[in-house]
Amino acid sequence: MGASELIAAQPSAGVAKGPVRRLLLSPPAVVGLCCLLLLLAGSAVNRNFLMPTYLLQQLQIAAFLGLAAAGLMTVILLGHIDLSVPWTITTGAMMAAAAGATYGPAWAIPAGLLCGALVGLVNGLGVALLRIPSMIFTLGANAVLQGLMVLYTGGHAPQHAATPLMHDLAVGRTVGVPNAVLAWAAVSVLVHLLLARTVAGRYVYVMGNSERAAYLSGVRTAQMTVVCFIACGMLAALSGVLLAGYSGNAYQAMGDPYLLPAIAAVVLGGTNILGGRGSYLGTVAGVVFIVLLQSMLAVLQMPEAGRQIIYGALILAMLLLYGRSAKVR
Amino acid sequence: MSRRSEWGMALRRNGGPLAALAVFALMFALFLAEHPRSISVAIVTTASNKAVLLAIVAMAQTLPVITRGLDLSVGMVMVMTGCLASTLVNGAPWQVALGIVLVLACGAAAGAVNGAIVVFGRLQPIIVTLATGAVYFGFALLLRPAPGGEVSEGLSDALTGRLFGVVPATLVLLAVLVVLGWMPFRRTVIGRACYAVGSSEHAAYLSGVPSERAKLLAYTIAGLLSGVAGLLLSLIALSGEASGPQAGLYTLNSIAAVVIGGTSLYGGTGGMVGSIIGAFVLRTIGDLLFVFNAPALWQPLFEGLILLAAVCIGAARVLRVRNRLELF
Repeated sequence: MGASELIAAQPSAGVAKGPVRRLLLSPPAVVGLCCLLLLLAGSAVNRNFLMPTYLLQQLQIAAFLGLAAAGLMTVILLGHIDLSVPWTITTGAMMAAAAGATYGPAWAIPAGLLCGALVGLVNGLGVALLRIPSMIFTLGANAVLQGLMVLYTGGHAPQHAATPLMHDLAVGRTVGVPNAVLAWAAVSVLVHLLLARTVAGRYVYVMGNSERAAYLSGVRTAQMTVVCFIACGMLAALSGVLLAGYSGNAYQAMGDPYLLPAIAAVVLGGTNILGGRGSYLGTVAGVVFIVLLQSMLAVLQMPEAGRQIIYGALILAMLLLYGRSAKVR
Repeated sequence: MSRRSEWGMALRRNGGPLAALAVFALMFALFLAEHPRSISVAIVTTASNKAVLLAIVAMAQTLPVITRGLDLSVGMVMVMTGCLASTLVNGAPWQVALGIVLVLACGAAAGAVNGAIVVFGRLQPIIVTLATGAVYFGFALLLRPAPGGEVSEGLSDALTGRLFGVVPATLVLLAVLVVLGWMPFRRTVIGRACYAVGSSEHAAYLSGVPSERAKLLAYTIAGLLSGVAGLLLSLIALSGEASGPQAGLYTLNSIAAVVIGGTSLYGGTGGMVGSIIGAFVLRTIGDLLFVFNAPALWQPLFEGLILLAAVCIGAARVLRVRNRLELF
């Protein structure tokens, strides 16, 4: 295990003793175990929970959340947050469908990603150069994006349908595996390698711990911040493109249900919400856990009220297990 | 110290709220200039009711932010207590009174749970309140699976109407909360401790500041004020509804109002008066666009741009920085 993973996989202070124990108590392992427990508990009620078809279907749904969470994680590692994810997802989806209908299907996905990158660029510049707290700047950006999309669509459902390629990417399968899962896996490998194996990835962790120290060590902090926000915007837009493909077209506020689960998934996976610590594997585990939890509560026909309560309480309980910060002394 | 430098210090210390006040005065002047006849008592009362609702939620958000935390559950607590009020606050006067007490106690209890998990669970406030917010919204749905319920109309008329035929009662309520609640509180030991914890938790701990009690109380007060907002919401709507979008909107707008009002998200500075002005600024944007006949479709975009511009005012400090290290 390289030094990078040791830092990245460190849970809270003062729990880990030996390497084996440290691995078992690391957030990805705990969350993975919780996923298994969830499946076993569910299968006692409904045998279908252990069927490969159900599991693959859940992974397919998890891909949409997973892509958004992957981008969000890079920003959270820096010690920032991106609250414009919901309308970046919607903008990406709407613009992709519109470009596909106007300029030809080949333009759909690049146009969607470009919009996401533009949103990320604006966010990054506002945070890195104007030094406005990311929480409030991206909140404003979200409102502006919503305004732009309302203006563009006239407040109605957008008329353009998703292109066949978007549809195929979201619901098609290659040798039995949903394409959305393949896309998520490809992005995941890339993000993991970038964060854990490259110098730039190390800089992200360094900046999350102390931006000042990173700046003094010669890291181009402003540039790094902008790049991370662009990555976050593009991945959110990609998630929106896939979502539009999944449901046939883009619709108003389609990204709204994704912000809070994405933050929860990143934090459940052991990433410090203040930045500087966390492994990408944990985020993947967090996404799978949240999607499984939501799906099982839905299949068990739990009323919405109970779903919300169990959802919130379980996240809290798991974080109390391993996410506690050190005592002030 | 000369009187002049005292004034200078007071000005510097209250720069944020004063800037927000200037923006609000400008917007209000524009509003009056464009639409002088709209200032009828009835219109002002309606506007005040809507603005005070957001102002109280923004007040709730302020204290956790001052301790360098955040409360993402204020909107959910407001909706939950609103639903509770729609089942409890009606009937005979003693029932109404008991209902009010129970609703406020419910809000305070929700806040206390947030505070206890933040302090004793040692989890980050943003994620704690995200999770408890889901739980509180679940409770709201339990109480009101479908919109409905009933609220005492007498109380509603009294609190959303006018005092002496002129002053909107909600503005009086807001003034009472500030003068009898916030002003004395910020001078207490715990009140000072909230600021100290926000400036530097470590230094506060080493100086023997009761930081745990301060944080616990900050979230409890946030819950209590959200409860007041929930009660007011039910009195304005005359019913209860467990609306997730409404809860989310009020939470996010409360953060924006706090920031526009000059409270730093990095903690340690600011106050509730600024947040109230911030809430008024946010609320006036929509009305202003309306009287200037902005096309309805452009309104959300204008609102977003003005919000973004308002938070960018704080970026002016970047221009004054001499040493780039001060940026971090």
